[in-house]
Amino acid sequence: MLDPRPVSHEALAHARGLAAGYGGPPVLTGVSFDVAPGARIAVLGPNGGGKTTLFRVLLGELQPTAGTVGVRARCATVPQTERTRLDFPVSALDVALMGTIPRLAWWRRPGRAERRDALEALGLVGLREQADTSFGELSGGQRQRVLVARALVQDTRLLLLDEPFSGMDSQSAERLMRLVDRLVADGRAVLVATHDLDQARAWDLVLCLNRRQIAFGPPDSTLTRPVLEATYGAAIVPLPDGGRGELAIVPPHHHDHDEEAR
Amino acid sequence: MSAVWHALVHPWSQGIMQRALVESLLLSLSGAALGCWVVFYEASYSAESLPHAMFPGLVVAALTGLPLVLGGALGLLVAAVAVALVGRVPAIGRDTGVAVVVTALFGLGVLLALSPSSPPGVQGLLFGDILAITPGDLALAAGLAAAVTIALRLLHTRLLAVGFDRLSARSVGARPLVADLAVLVLLAVAVLIGVQALGNLLVVAVVVAPPAAARLHCRRMVPLMATAVGLAALAGLGGLYASYYLKTAAGASIAGVMVLTYLASLAVQAVRPAVTHERRTLPA
Repeated sequence: MLDPRPVSHEALAHARGLAAGYGGPPVLTGVSFDVAPGARIAVLGPNGGGKTTLFRVLLGELQPTAGTVGVRARCATVPQTERTRLDFPVSALDVALMGTIPRLAWWRRPGRAERRDALEALGLVGLREQADTSFGELSGGQRQRVLVARALVQDTRLLLLDEPFSGMDSQSAERLMRLVDRLVADGRAVLVATHDLDQARAWDLVLCLNRRQIAFGPPDSTLTRPVLEATYGAAIVPLPDGGRGELAIVPPHHHDHDEEAR
Repeated sequence: MSAVWHALVHPWSQGIMQRALVESLLLSLSGAALGCWVVFYEASYSAESLPHAMFPGLVVAALTGLPLVLGGALGLLVAAVAVALVGRVPAIGRDTGVAVVVTALFGLGVLLALSPSSPPGVQGLLFGDILAITPGDLALAAGLAAAVTIALRLLHTRLLAVGFDRLSARSVGARPLVADLAVLVLLAVAVLIGVQALGNLLVVAVVVAPPAAARLHCRRMVPLMATAVGLAALAGLGGLYASYYLKTAAGASIAGVMVLTYLASLAVQAVRPAVTHERRTLPA
């Protein structure tokens, strides 16, 4: 049954009753949301919950098996940096330049205009000075920002960040958050997949997924105990005393991660 | 001084050696440049398998008088179909399937090549004969080397994007399947060029050893490719000198020097690890 809500004219992307999978039973069902310009949306859920699957549908890499999805803006992904090879012989500038591929005819290589755009994007993420540094020599946070620059070079208005904060120290995370704030101030929208509940509370909207959509809305009204328990199974424990009644999530196991990596 | 000069110049007074040198330079250009992608695409196993799989085609071409390039190409086609068919057999893994097909084809080729009724030149396909290169072979090698070089230049940014991160490459408009096919097809072309000179068993040396050596010292793809080509050219030169003065087999000498180049690179890297470490820890 399709969600009857109308789609706002402004929305950069929307989904209605979306389901997706990899040939077998769907790994994600019943997803409905709008992404307005300037929105910061945290996509919350355990490993195998469908975050990566949703991103692949938005990127057009995976066709929905049911429902509808519409992406009106150019959409780019900022992948996890752990899976890139640190010994691959590229500079930060080389990586940013990869974002110019969609606008180049297949026989053309990036020229002066493309280099200028790539350097400008590196400047925007605060890495203009590191343009000639090897990607593998940058810190985790810097690598993540280079990949944001690569997405910006694609002139994207919808950015999908896949677990950008994992393994990042708090200073780098804060810096990345400030960058995200600047991007949305320019009318872009940012979706971030995360495990981190505290991080999610700081965003405008949260989308909770656990093989289906559990909830979607502002964090204050959405991140209730029943929603969190449905999102993470029963792995919720109240924090002892000093926690002021806050809940903590027992870190999920990596048992069905393969489902998403396919 | 003049004795040294004489020793350096003397080998190249003969047409055979001149052609061998040009052939080895052409092989260096196409094989080593492409090899950099083969190494980073982790396609070294394919590089090893391709020449073996095309071997029966080469032997049949040599026996029937067809051009070797045509025989090799047909051999690859048969191998590709066989790999695809064996891959469909349940209970045999894909890797095992490839190994079975490649080994069977190579065995078949060797059987044909070493049968008493085969003319003696056919054995040369195993080890190549860079000293028997004709001007026609050189022209063909030059054409194929130019094709490989142009293709690598055109595809550079896309190959880089796929090699960097295969999973997100599609989101920047580079298709991994196309990149993989390009690398494998160009590899087949490079192997076709190299197999006449270096033979079936040694051709993979020029594709894998110089890039593996250059990789230890370079941090960007284009300098890496240039270094690999330079190392391969030097190794080719060294191999031909060795072959001339030590009376060793030319193809084997070239392949041997290429592997030595890699070992020397490892040794050089081993004595300067401190430099690498310093550079790694610079950015905070």
